[in-house]
Amino acid sequence: MADNDYKGYRGQALGVLKNYSAMIWSDVEVETEAGTYKGIVLPRSETADDKHIVIKLRSGYNIGIAADRITNIGIGGRKEAHYKIPEKEFPYDPKKPRVKLLGTGGTIASRLDYRTGAVIPAFSPGELYGSVPELADICNLETEKLYGVFSENMGPEQWIGTAQAIGREIEKGVQGIVIGHGTDTMHHTAAILSFMVQNSPVPIVMVGSQRSSDRPSSDAALNLMHSVKTAAESDMAEVMVCMFGPTSDEYGLLHRGTRVRKMHSSYRSTFRTIGDIPIGMVSREKITPLRADYKKRRHDKNVVINTAFEEKVGMVYYYPNMKPDMIDSMIDNGYRGIVIAGTGLGHVNKPLYPALKRAQEKGVAIYMTVQTLWGYVQMYVYDTGRDMMELGVVPCANMLPEVAYMKLGWALGQTDDLTRVKEIMLTPIAGEITEREPSNGYLIFQGGIPEVEEYISKYRK
Amino acid sequence: MTDHKFKPFSEMTDEDYRAVGFKSGLEVHQQLLTEKKLFCRCPAGRYSENYNAEILRHMRPTLSELGEYDGTALMEFKTKKEIIYRINRETVCTYEMDDTPPFEINDEALDIAFGIGMIYGSSMVDEVHIARKQYLDGSIPTGFQRTAIVCLDGSIPYKDREIQVIQLSIEEDSCREVSDIGHRRTYITDRLGMPLIETVTGPDMRTPQEVAEVGELIRRIARSTGKVRTGIGAARQDVNVSVTGGTRIEIKGVPRIPLIPLLTYNEAMRQWNLLRLRDELHRRGITPETFTATTTDVTKILRKTRYQPITGAVTSGMKVMCVLLKGFRGLLRWETQTDTHFSREISDRVRVISCLTTLPNIIHSDSPSETIASSEWSALKKTVGATEDDVIVLVWGDETDAPAGANEVVIRAKEATIGVPSETRQALRDGTNGFERILPGPDRMYPDTDLPPKKITAERLAKIRAGLPTPVWEREKKYHDLGIPLHRAKTLAASAWARVFEEATGNHGLNARFVSELLVDRLKPLRRKLGKNLKLTPELAGLLLNHFAEGRILRDPLFFMMAAAARTGELPAEAAGPPATTSEIKEAVKAAAASVAKMELRDPANGMRLAMGLAMSKLRFRANGKDVKALVEEVYNG
Repeated sequence: MADNDYKGYRGQALGVLKNYSAMIWSDVEVETEAGTYKGIVLPRSETADDKHIVIKLRSGYNIGIAADRITNIGIGGRKEAHYKIPEKEFPYDPKKPRVKLLGTGGTIASRLDYRTGAVIPAFSPGELYGSVPELADICNLETEKLYGVFSENMGPEQWIGTAQAIGREIEKGVQGIVIGHGTDTMHHTAAILSFMVQNSPVPIVMVGSQRSSDRPSSDAALNLMHSVKTAAESDMAEVMVCMFGPTSDEYGLLHRGTRVRKMHSSYRSTFRTIGDIPIGMVSREKITPLRADYKKRRHDKNVVINTAFEEKVGMVYYYPNMKPDMIDSMIDNGYRGIVIAGTGLGHVNKPLYPALKRAQEKGVAIYMTVQTLWGYVQMYVYDTGRDMMELGVVPCANMLPEVAYMKLGWALGQTDDLTRVKEIMLTPIAGEITEREPSNGYLIFQGGIPEVEEYISKYRK
Repeated sequence: MTDHKFKPFSEMTDEDYRAVGFKSGLEVHQQLLTEKKLFCRCPAGRYSENYNAEILRHMRPTLSELGEYDGTALMEFKTKKEIIYRINRETVCTYEMDDTPPFEINDEALDIAFGIGMIYGSSMVDEVHIARKQYLDGSIPTGFQRTAIVCLDGSIPYKDREIQVIQLSIEEDSCREVSDIGHRRTYITDRLGMPLIETVTGPDMRTPQEVAEVGELIRRIARSTGKVRTGIGAARQDVNVSVTGGTRIEIKGVPRIPLIPLLTYNEAMRQWNLLRLRDELHRRGITPETFTATTTDVTKILRKTRYQPITGAVTSGMKVMCVLLKGFRGLLRWETQTDTHFSREISDRVRVISCLTTLPNIIHSDSPSETIASSEWSALKKTVGATEDDVIVLVWGDETDAPAGANEVVIRAKEATIGVPSETRQALRDGTNGFERILPGPDRMYPDTDLPPKKITAERLAKIRAGLPTPVWEREKKYHDLGIPLHRAKTLAASAWARVFEEATGNHGLNARFVSELLVDRLKPLRRKLGKNLKLTPELAGLLLNHFAEGRILRDPLFFMMAAAARTGELPAEAAGPPATTSEIKEAVKAAAASVAKMELRDPANGMRLAMGLAMSKLRFRANGKDVKALVEEVYNG
């Protein structure tokens, strides 16, 4: 493929390279008026301009040379990159449990993408073992790549496919399932899998990484070890997210799939259980439950897979001055369900009322959650709330907005009957609504306060 | 060829260095004087040993862009270190902790780097590509240093030749190590992320003295811009050394240039002696192919030894491994550096790679010092099948570290049959050096996927070029030609005061010798006395000289005012002039004499001196001493 020979180059730069037949990976001497540069022609990111040629120097550094300065390119040979983690077959030990790793993408395993210059997910079982051999001390790992997408590109097709794959694996008798997933929407997928996969006899552990595995300080390896250990050894038969507890390489937390949320755009310890405490902690040495009320591992295969999903469901993050046309446009576009993330206890402004009334008349299901994330919707406290309930808005207790979105899609996928939908929505099946919020369920430490500073200096972040 | 021994340091001549093929190049790291760090907005140059929090990390090797693992990375992974970072919230943010992606590169730093590259006459890159250079020792929490080539292929005039400047890169500084004990290494993060430039020269220096001189020259060039940091740790040198038949060895982190000659001499000697050792091994018939070593667990045999280090290890449940090196008899006592033997090379590897950091970490049967009993040596030799021609080495540690240590003994001994292994070595205080890590190669470089390439426009470069100082070597010559003694010309040319000097002598036509004496020799004692509290800036000095040139300040007051400004950071009010008139001086002298007359003096002869002192305290900033003195004498002597 000719284009691949000059991958990523366009316009002027491409012209110069073609002129000297200097394809990518060529070992070249580039001459300019200012001097000669020796190195290897690298592919260029497609989003970069068409005026520079990228050379990897002997020292390993890359530089860009302006195409219009080049007077000659001499070609000495070729050195193509083979970006491949040494692949090794995963060793089998009959005494160890069987764990299945399902890959959907994300930075748990990734490599450089020359097309965009960014990292793209790569997922191969041998590669994983090649880079994290410690996994063999824990289990017999089987892997299957379901998808290779960034987490923001996960959607109903992938959720359904993943839920079905989980069902198949449980049927085959694996002792635990790990799902590699990008972190951005990991909590969305964790929520929908909590609904689509019910009564699982084994742990289903979602894992990703905040620092891609092409960096020495990546959290990928440790997260993978933690999650595989949980899948292999824990007695927690729930959908969980397993990610760093602190930013230090110390332990992971096991969050319930319906109560977890990504809370920082880049921190390693970004996932937190909201409004409750995590199910447990996991380190390389041990798994420590933090509560006793989780669903226990069983030896049957009686899992229920229900992959119903209605795609015409939306979510609206309310802001003051919101105009009713926001709701109207969703009604007009045929949305069957709307989750609102309201202010405070679950409020929106009065100008929205007519639109809400119209939605009720059109049979659109409207559910209220809180944008404060912590706490319950309570629509009786103020008149505003009571008015809205009159208009058919259903409070979702302490269900997280993203979780309510997922559940509403799942409920509307099962039935058109709004009474039945309401029943599904308000009956907790995987901890998405809890009866009570323990006092340690809401803890956001405030930096600067003496006692918090003392805590931070005493325990590793 | 390697038949002769190395002469002592003081006896080495240029001819001797030529004979061994001494070659050396420098990598000079210089911190830039910027307000903020290179890839985040933390304040630069603020150091503190205090910390508010700690983070623990481990490092794993990753593949290079060309799909290969780097040797150093694998070595560091073998050490399995726990790395602790101490964090002060004032100097470090979530970027340095590797919990936030980088912000755009600091343009101020980039401009300084380009400027210094221009002084070298290098060719600038058109597009700056940030790379990640892997460092698995933990000195950077990400596991890599963000670095980029700014320009290539420049030169510095030295003696009658040119020293090549291969490349100039810009990079972020690393953490400072606090301790490294067993499997735990601790760093303080305050220096992390500070902008640095690295100047890499060709292997063009032929004697240790030349290396030091070129190092000094590079430092002066950087300082001549007035845009680099000075003081302890602001500039650090890595020195590459090789001899004919040897290997390019990098000695890292030489903090002071005067240490360079002895360090490079010792490294040349080490390589020479390792080559001689190799020849000796070959003479004995030991080559990489015939090299034989075996490892045996001898914990049981040494259960009752009285040699404390091993007794302690055995009682706490550790293992003792015995490595048999066939045919190596006497060679662990082979001298490598001044008062240092081949056994140190082995001990260093065991310490660094196997984390057996408590010394001694090995003992061997060639050692002249008392260790285990001779009966125990005999028993061990019998057990492992050692003959008169062999040597045995003991290494002890827990069940992971002891075999790992034994493995390193074998690896390093085998390398002796090949020659000088590629390593980076650490500068030690006594002028010798110790193993630091395997020399990293280009495989540890990886493009930084977090930041796009940065295009450098011609306009930007032109603007930087316009603001550049004249090259320091040109300035030096010019100043010397003006009649300034050479040592003073050199100091002045490389300092931020050069600008003040040029303005004073050029625009104001002041005498070059006088101004240079003021800015170098007169400033020196003030700097020594006040240190960091010296508050005189080039701006203040320029203002002072301006007043002087225009007659508002006289010569003596100029010195006094400079001393005052050095202390307070501002000019005395008298600087605005005018100087005292003769009648004003007379007035002050008369008043002083009147005060003295009221005193009861034990010796009336002191009166004149006292009056002079009193008058000067009033006129210090406004009159020359000799004019005051003349009037005082007039009053007293009539």
